[in-house]
Amino acid sequence: MSAALFIEQVFNGLQFGVMLFLMSAGLTLIFGVMGLINLAHGALYMVGAFAAAAVSAATGSFLLALMGALAASAVAGVLVEVIVIRRLYARDHLDQVLATFALILIFSEGTRWVFGSFPLYLDVPAALAGPVMLPFGIAYPAYRLAIIGIGLVVAAALFFLIAGTRVGMRIRAGESDREMIGALGVNISALYTGVFALGAALAGFAGALVGAIQSVQVGMGEPVLILAFVTIVIGGIGSIRGAFVGALLVGLTDTLGRVLLPILFSAVMEPSAAATVGGALASMAIYILMALVLLFKPTGLYGGAA
Amino acid sequence: MEFKHLMLAACTAALCGGAALAENVKVGMITTLSGGGAGLGIDTRDGFMLAVKQAGRDDLEVVIEDDQRKPDMAVQLADKMIQQEKVDVLTGIVWSNLAMAVVPAAVAQGKFYLSTNAAPSALAGRGCNPLYFSVSYQNDNLHEAAGAYMRDAGYKAPFILAPNYPAGKDSLTGFKRFFEGTPKDEIYTKLGQTDYSAELAQIRASGADSVFFFLPGGMGISFLKQYQASGLDLPLVGPAFSFDQGILQAVGDAALGVKNTSQWSKDIDNAANKAFVDGFQAEYGRLPSLYAAQGYDTANLLISAMDKADVSDKAAFQAALEAADFPSVRGKFSFGANHHPVQDIYVREVVQEGDVLTNKIVGFAIKDRADAYVGECKM
Repeated sequence: MSAALFIEQVFNGLQFGVMLFLMSAGLTLIFGVMGLINLAHGALYMVGAFAAAAVSAATGSFLLALMGALAASAVAGVLVEVIVIRRLYARDHLDQVLATFALILIFSEGTRWVFGSFPLYLDVPAALAGPVMLPFGIAYPAYRLAIIGIGLVVAAALFFLIAGTRVGMRIRAGESDREMIGALGVNISALYTGVFALGAALAGFAGALVGAIQSVQVGMGEPVLILAFVTIVIGGIGSIRGAFVGALLVGLTDTLGRVLLPILFSAVMEPSAAATVGGALASMAIYILMALVLLFKPTGLYGGAA
Repeated sequence: MEFKHLMLAACTAALCGGAALAENVKVGMITTLSGGGAGLGIDTRDGFMLAVKQAGRDDLEVVIEDDQRKPDMAVQLADKMIQQEKVDVLTGIVWSNLAMAVVPAAVAQGKFYLSTNAAPSALAGRGCNPLYFSVSYQNDNLHEAAGAYMRDAGYKAPFILAPNYPAGKDSLTGFKRFFEGTPKDEIYTKLGQTDYSAELAQIRASGADSVFFFLPGGMGISFLKQYQASGLDLPLVGPAFSFDQGILQAVGDAALGVKNTSQWSKDIDNAANKAFVDGFQAEYGRLPSLYAAQGYDTANLLISAMDKADVSDKAAFQAALEAADFPSVRGKFSFGANHHPVQDIYVREVVQEGDVLTNKIVGFAIKDRADAYVGECKM
């Protein structure tokens, strides 16, 4: 395998990781601040993608489509928080899992009801279609490069929000002692709604960005949700930095595993057997990574004491 | 106690006898109507019901249930249809893993099963059954046709890929059965994978002269869009599934010009196909898909058998189905010894008609193709 191909695959891993970060940032915030397991996070990702496809079909503008996705998923997040989630904070995790699983079904069938059963069309903006030439003769899709850039900007903004602003201070305070911050006069229920909406908007944004290069269809959120959970468990639940490192680790492990493992096995096996064994092992790679991390750091890479 | 049982048995027998006298046929359709794969099941159902409606039969009753693409759900529904609804014929399953869960048990209980889509090799060879008919194809067929087409078109070193699950392995095996040469490289991707950046980079680096891929549903949409964005311009060939009417609009321009293999296309020129395509558009306001065509043919096959025999007379009804005496939208259609079709498979190209993407036939891939397993079938 040439160096150029390897670098290209590292880019692919980074791009995948950055997308996962947008998904898992919201998930880890919601779990960290409110102690809520939100299985419906994937549904919000789907809402973002469908909203983007609808706006893009109506206006033809990708920028407006992204705005639409942000707005729609944030609004969906607020509605869900106010109507359903708010009643679940005091309940145990099983109740939360049941209720948010019901939300997945409601969102899926609701979306199918509104948009029909066939996948929708959403394409990358014309300015970012096609590849760009990088040094060492690497032709890399411009849109994926843009995703990496956007993801890093969002990550930086989130870090600043959490570490450098008053709202961030309250979020961190809410994480460590929610009763005390309530007693100090912070409107805790507005803070929760805000955090939930932020998480939802990030998920919807990821859905819209990815929808342009994948298929916009009912149920698209669930596979990503599983990966996002793996990511936050690796990173340490509640930690934005953990989500970032975890997402990049999962993205790189998954992408490079898919490419390198079959090559590795083909050194000792015949090609078709190597492809099968390597492929099977590659799809397990991130779970093996998670098991290893948990073996040495049971609360995740950046998790606090359990 | 004994007496009570006897009475019950007699009653049941009388009920069954009564139904048979009226010569009504009750069909249980189990298909996917919700969740990610719902488009396929909905088209199957709509195609089937269009044929029923056009025939105007009041002696044909159809019960439709949603399997949610879950094997356990499909098994439950099949039990319910056989035991409570007392259906004579089952049909409609889209996915091979669901078919494997339902079909062997259903035919063992003496029910006919007419497959509108799924036709795994396990049911075509040693596992074939007199009561089981596949109206669509044998799963390998379209892949074999793609291999034959690429061989004839002079491609020497295709890069071939499919998901890592039984139908994916059958796909690449079927492709190689007819391609005859050695592919440049073959890879199995994760089932349900949506990001193909790593594979696309491998394709670019491999030096292949063409690409064959089998990625049904959303996987194919993702692959095609990313293929276009990657700047690769090798010729693409695949089976019809990734270029079906239901998903072409979601793929967009990335699909234009791609060759794909199918046993049906909306521009096959015969009266039955015209009645089907026009009728489907008038009834549902959209173009029909491959799955709709298969549903439509299945219903017409069933109706043709109902005209010839009584469903309670298993042997006669089986013979009537075997005759396949109905106007297929594919034109020429007959059953092989293992109750799988012998038919022509076409090469289609994705074109734009107005603002709708669709397929048009550009030639034959294989003529009169049966399947690779017919020799293993002992009925």
